[in-house]
Amino acid sequence: MSLVEVQNVTKVYKRDSLEIPVLQNISLSVPEGEFLALMGPSGSGKTTLLNLISGIDQPTSGSIVVQGTDISKLSEGALAKWRSHNIGFVFQFYNLLPVMTAYENVELPLLLTNLSKKQKKERVEMVLKVVGLEDRMDHYPRQLSGGQQQRVAIARAIVTDPTLIIGDEPTGDLDRKSAEEILILIGRLNSEFKKTVVMVTHDPHAAESAHKIQHLDKGELRAN
Amino acid sequence: MKVLKLIYKNLFRHKLRSFLTILGIAVAVFMFGFVSTVVTAWSYGVDAASADRLITRHAVSFIFPLPYSYRDQIAGVPGVSKVSYATWFQGVYKDASFQNFFPRLACDPETIFDVYPEFILPPDQLAAFKKQRNACVIGQKLVEQHGFKIGDIIPVKGDIYPGDWEFVVVGIYKGKDQTIDETQMFFSWEYLNERNRQAESFATDNVGWYIVQIANPNEAANVSETVDALYANSSAKTKTETEKAFQQSFVSLSGAIITSLEVVSYVIIGIILMVLANTIIMSARERIREYAVLRTLGFTSWHVVGLIAGESIFTSMIGGVLGILITFPMANAFGAAFPTMFPVFAVAPMTVVIAFSFSILVGVVAAIFPSFRSANMKIVDGLRQIG
Repeated sequence: MSLVEVQNVTKVYKRDSLEIPVLQNISLSVPEGEFLALMGPSGSGKTTLLNLISGIDQPTSGSIVVQGTDISKLSEGALAKWRSHNIGFVFQFYNLLPVMTAYENVELPLLLTNLSKKQKKERVEMVLKVVGLEDRMDHYPRQLSGGQQQRVAIARAIVTDPTLIIGDEPTGDLDRKSAEEILILIGRLNSEFKKTVVMVTHDPHAAESAHKIQHLDKGELRAN
Repeated sequence: MKVLKLIYKNLFRHKLRSFLTILGIAVAVFMFGFVSTVVTAWSYGVDAASADRLITRHAVSFIFPLPYSYRDQIAGVPGVSKVSYATWFQGVYKDASFQNFFPRLACDPETIFDVYPEFILPPDQLAAFKKQRNACVIGQKLVEQHGFKIGDIIPVKGDIYPGDWEFVVVGIYKGKDQTIDETQMFFSWEYLNERNRQAESFATDNVGWYIVQIANPNEAANVSETVDALYANSSAKTKTETEKAFQQSFVSLSGAIITSLEVVSYVIIGIILMVLANTIIMSARERIREYAVLRTLGFTSWHVVGLIAGESIFTSMIGGVLGILITFPMANAFGAAFPTMFPVFAVAPMTVVIAFSFSILVGVVAAIFPSFRSANMKIVDGLRQIG
């Protein structure tokens, strides 16, 4: 069963009077429980595709259905709510808020839920344990290594128990050892916690962790 | 509520910047409050004027006296309930320095505290004032300033009315509230007139002005016209006006200065706005990527607006409260240093309300542009920003 259905999606960016086509008539299906790696050269449109699947950008034409919801038709407010429930984001540069501790960063998405304080605490502590940072929850991002910061970002991504984990080059800013740890962790999320993962990467080694690799080139999917 | 924690965290992200911004706002709010207090103090007499009191003075100028004989005629005008009178004595206490100046007025002890019920004087002291020819009643602030007490003799060197004068303190009045002038000295006009008569002075049997209490404030115009009509063909024509208009005529002499002060106080508000707007715009620009991340996580544009506006308003509010708190002791110190120049120098509740409202308004206005820009920025564009 497909969790993500991308149908004939085109994305054109407008810069002043210029129209820049980024994705051209893309169709893609991601089954539930899949770990998909999107690869391609810079400017191939892989991050744009990821942004469309995660609902932080809208396609120029075509439809994107995630878990039965056509997100290309949702309003901005509805999309925000949808993202908070269904998507977990892991960015290349972690994007943690520097004024908040690891615990508070992980707790952020839960501020939008109606969970009690106790339930929030249980969830945050649980996911920090999953990523192996239960002893660093009071540390600020500046007090953590790059690998640790990315693990906090992963904890933040899974704290709402989303169906789909989106990774935009999650190992792109890490050394080999830390990257390896992060890939193992993402692999665990997929195998143990049954999360569907769509990950953009430049790194062929990182892509090998995925079940499937899709290549994008000049806005089009290439046959594998 | 969801963004309060974030606002709090962001507020002191750059401690020095926040501190300097808050300090700037506090100083500006203090300046606004202080200047407003000066303006209010300048025109306190206008604000404190009673609607049921008219002032009858010489039609040419306040400095020309009126015959004492007018008193009974004015009292007979329909609508007039009581008439009192006063004369500006001036004189010099100790020396001509500013510190030793306070208003000295010859008045009618029988009626002056009836027409000015806002001056509170104990009955026994009033009785003593009426009884003793060279008695005087002083305001509480003169007691605090010069250490006068009941029984003291205040020696005054006459200037308008030459000679050495001695006044025995028999009473100390207090204002019914803090807006009442407590820096005046009243003594009996009879005492002044007696000395004038002995000296064969031109001022004998003259008073400075009449204080006309009326039964119905709505009849002020009619009573004024009737009083002035009585003396239209006399050598000492009168001009009768409400006490407010009378006080206003003094204030209007310095109208340009007051207007300048008012303009300055509003310029100060503009400066706060620019300082805060600059800080908030800088902060918001630095955090565009963070706002995009928050929106990615499911926070809405309104949450982002709340974050930016909240930070702006909290900053301006803290600065505003601090500025208001500074204003009180500074105003008290200034008022104590210049008690006779500004008999009533107190921060008015309305000044506090306006200063606090302005500080919040400035916080709101300063946040409009950065809020609008951050909330309308596409998430993908925000994520590309390098903070």
